[in-house]
Amino acid sequence: MDSLELKTLILEELNNIAPEIEPHEVPDDQDMRDALELDSMDFLNLVTAVSKRTQAAIPEADYPKVLTVNGMVEYLLNVLN
Amino acid sequence: MHFPEIEKDPLQAADHNLVCYKDTYEHFIWQLAQRRIKGGKTGLNIAFETVDRHVDEGFGAQTAIRWLSKQGLQKEISYADLKDQSARFASILQDLGLQPQETVFGLCTRVPQLYQALLGTLKFGAVFSPLFSAFGPEPIRSRMEIGNARVLVTSEALYRKKVQPWRHELPGLQWVLLYNVTQPLPENCYDLDALLEQSSPDFPARMCHPEQLALLHFTSGTTGKPKGAMHVHQAVIYHCISGYYALDLRPGDNYWCTADPGWVTGTSYGIISPLCNRVTLIIDEAEFDAKHWYQLLSEQKINIWYTAPTAIRMLMKAGAELAEEYDLSALRFISSVGEPLNPEAVVWGQKVFNIPFHDNWWQSETGGIMIANFATTAVRPGSMGQPLPGIKAALMKHHKDGTTTRITEANQVGELALHKGWPSMFRGYLHEDERYQKCFVDDWYLTGDLALCDEDGFYWFVGRADDVIKSSGHLIGPFEVESVLMEQQAVAEVGVIGLPDEVAGETVKAFVALKPGYEGDESLRKTLLGHARKRLGPAVAPREIVFRQNLPKTRSGKIMRRLLKARELGLPEGDISTLESDES
Repeated sequence: MDSLELKTLILEELNNIAPEIEPHEVPDDQDMRDALELDSMDFLNLVTAVSKRTQAAIPEADYPKVLTVNGMVEYLLNVLN
Repeated sequence: MHFPEIEKDPLQAADHNLVCYKDTYEHFIWQLAQRRIKGGKTGLNIAFETVDRHVDEGFGAQTAIRWLSKQGLQKEISYADLKDQSARFASILQDLGLQPQETVFGLCTRVPQLYQALLGTLKFGAVFSPLFSAFGPEPIRSRMEIGNARVLVTSEALYRKKVQPWRHELPGLQWVLLYNVTQPLPENCYDLDALLEQSSPDFPARMCHPEQLALLHFTSGTTGKPKGAMHVHQAVIYHCISGYYALDLRPGDNYWCTADPGWVTGTSYGIISPLCNRVTLIIDEAEFDAKHWYQLLSEQKINIWYTAPTAIRMLMKAGAELAEEYDLSALRFISSVGEPLNPEAVVWGQKVFNIPFHDNWWQSETGGIMIANFATTAVRPGSMGQPLPGIKAALMKHHKDGTTTRITEANQVGELALHKGWPSMFRGYLHEDERYQKCFVDDWYLTGDLALCDEDGFYWFVGRADDVIKSSGHLIGPFEVESVLMEQQAVAEVGVIGLPDEVAGETVKAFVALKPGYEGDESLRKTLLGHARKRLGPAVAPREIVFRQNLPKTRSGKIMRRLLKARELGLPEGDISTLESDES
């Protein structure tokens, strides 16, 4: 998967969890929890869902690296390739 | 799996406040607690006991609050500063024309202004009611309406998003004080930060009658609107002594309570009790992050840490090895509250911190910790512990003829009850005396929690007697969630239950039956979910919504949540004699 596909996938999963957020409101480089008012359970659910779809393990210790959309895309690119 | 008792070294008992639980419990008299409070001839005031008295006694230079901003900045607020700042807030209320006993609501994240506002409100003699900043507009509006809000303290951003659209519906809300204002001030609002600079720092705490209302904590029941539990100024007697016994607080300790100040724990033990005991509060503005938490515990040399099961379970998921690179040797006592702490987590504390987590139990109505595992008593993993000195607990059995009797045998499940009379007991639910009276049988307050007591006097949580949901330590009333889903055109009926979750304790799930002509597809699911999250906020909204043709109901049309839950979990359905119309 390339970065565009990964971003689309992340936004799809985010939309399942928090459908009130429009995709265009999601900033690329801000902590999603702050910018989108996700709580820790939302964030945990997002990471779990993305991890499941991509088959990429994201251990808890790496959560700080995936707090932004771009961070998550980059992390997945590294793990998957 | 059996978890053996964790014993304590009797030689170390003298290093803690409660040296011998048994002796203290047996010989406790309330005068002992009273003596820890200064008060005055003309009454007492929580803000005086938490701040001003320490300055009068020569500790003004000690750090009261060390605030850590999200950006990593550190701000020290001394007891003298806090006295000054809370007085300035009280002066603002005076200048605006607020009357003592009127209510100030705080909708704040963990920022210094919140602490100034809460203490300033109490100093002035008005009532403070905290709101959780992650609430959506609906829980905020309903609580402020019930609580007759006169003043709201919040940030400009929170105001614009969650209050401004409906403010006109609350004509009694006269003054809105905004902090962190970055744009032109919205209409009919005041810039709190500017006012604090201009207002007078001379405002001695108004001495109040011990029974004068001080705090209003909203909590949820199974039915009806949120309930405003009322607490009075003399609650401070219990805040002070319970922090001393149950949290082992000592002057000068670095203390970190991770509970959000929008809930009762974040007020009683995030502000009042620790400040009474003259500790240094560490306030972290940032959200949970495992590495950051270990770093904070280590760098701030935290001595006493009061946290919650959800957070502990997240740390466990992140792995014990993460803790290894940090020096956590300053920790003397670690404790948990909000929902029962599973025994695995208690024992995990022992492994990682060299001390087990000490679970304790209380609720908004009790105002303070009632049952606890103490620093010097053995810990039975999974047990909530033993009653605090001054607290008499019992288990009650309700009989079919409507009578209630006290259970005297060990290991029998009953409703946990507390003998009334401790200072921080709630004095009523605002405007709902009948609901309040229903909580008592004779001199016992019925807590709504089911528990059992073993032969040695340790209490064990069994479940709730009603349908309220505990998610990430937050009490959620199913009715509040159902009402918001019912606002949608497509929805005919809703039943909301809590489902067990390994991290959050429980998560909220909604069962929705639709009106004819609507189809329960993915698009409608997202519409309902999005609506609920917008109106209620993520902490209260369901995480899952499913559709049903019909929901199980009693003859009177009441949705049987209990049955939905039993079926979802594959448990016995129990008594279904009142079932009239079943789900399909």
